[in-house]
Amino acid sequence: MGKAIVITSGKGGVGKTTTTANLGTGLAALGQKVCLVDTDIGLRNLDVVMGLENRIVYDLLHVVEGQCRLRQALIKDKQFGDRLVLLPAPQTREKDAVKPEQMKALMEELREEYDFILLDSPAGIEHGFKNAVAGADAAIVVTTPEIAAVRDADRIIGLLEASELYDPRLIINRVRPGMVRRGDMMSISDIDDILAIDILGVVPDDQDIIVSTNKGEPIVTDPRSRAGQAYRNIARRILGEEVPLMNLQERTVMHWFKRLLSGEAQ
Amino acid sequence: MFEFLSKLFGGFEGSRNRAKERLRLVLVHDRASLSPGLVEALKEDLIQVITKYLEIDEEGLEVNFDKGDDSVALIANIPVKSVKRSTR
Repeated sequence: MGKAIVITSGKGGVGKTTTTANLGTGLAALGQKVCLVDTDIGLRNLDVVMGLENRIVYDLLHVVEGQCRLRQALIKDKQFGDRLVLLPAPQTREKDAVKPEQMKALMEELREEYDFILLDSPAGIEHGFKNAVAGADAAIVVTTPEIAAVRDADRIIGLLEASELYDPRLIINRVRPGMVRRGDMMSISDIDDILAIDILGVVPDDQDIIVSTNKGEPIVTDPRSRAGQAYRNIARRILGEEVPLMNLQERTVMHWFKRLLSGEAQ
Repeated sequence: MFEFLSKLFGGFEGSRNRAKERLRLVLVHDRASLSPGLVEALKEDLIQVITKYLEIDEEGLEVNFDKGDDSVALIANIPVKSVKRSTR
């Protein structure tokens, strides 16, 4: 019996879709059977981040309306085949075309077949958010170390509890250790103090994410990438392994000097 | 480089702490206005604690958040009927 996890944030543009793609791919790489569901109706993007946009025939709406069988709509991943599949969001219809009860029923069906179902939630707290959380067993909240994103994360945590999704776990995305060190960005512990929820992972800001999205290949499979390493760690934590958080902020006198000597200091 | 030195000797005061303080405050606002249930729960707990020491008019008890520009205050108006003899 699988587990459905909704990935949400409140604020847009903090990296929900990238997180969903990478955690799904990371879990599949660890031998899990994974289904990714894009619930952002009218603004689908998980397909392009996964590099599967050319293979879409049917979508979420076709499935819940019974116009096709579930199996027909699931798109197999390029690398992992039927161990990693995507159910794309409808691109054309109005936002409330899918109902929370239909999502619940769909999750029931997917749990039979897959170990993990990752639901990519749209930004905002409206209909799309309600659909995404309807059938979920657990929630991951994505934020960045910025006031607006953390504020919205706080609001989302409250709304998740109202939907009986207790103990969501937090991913802090796009951390820039240099800025934290200079005192120009909130640190992990600052955000931890304020939100007071379990931190599932910390992902450093990494230009290679843009490159990997350009190619439609999640960065989690790139062994040299720091962000990829962070996502691999998170995937293992989801499976219950104890993996320490990546050390992003060494702040020793030696470090200062090293940076100074290497001309990196600003 | 100059910026680096001035930060080194200027006590590392970046924008991080501003962000943290502003965030703290905005969340107090957000959380306070988020749930009417919170005020009710707070009221009940207040009554429980205060009645250990004072006899109060529970009906007349008022609890509100007073929001200023840069602060949020909890204002409780609690009519006292009498002070319990045993606690004096």
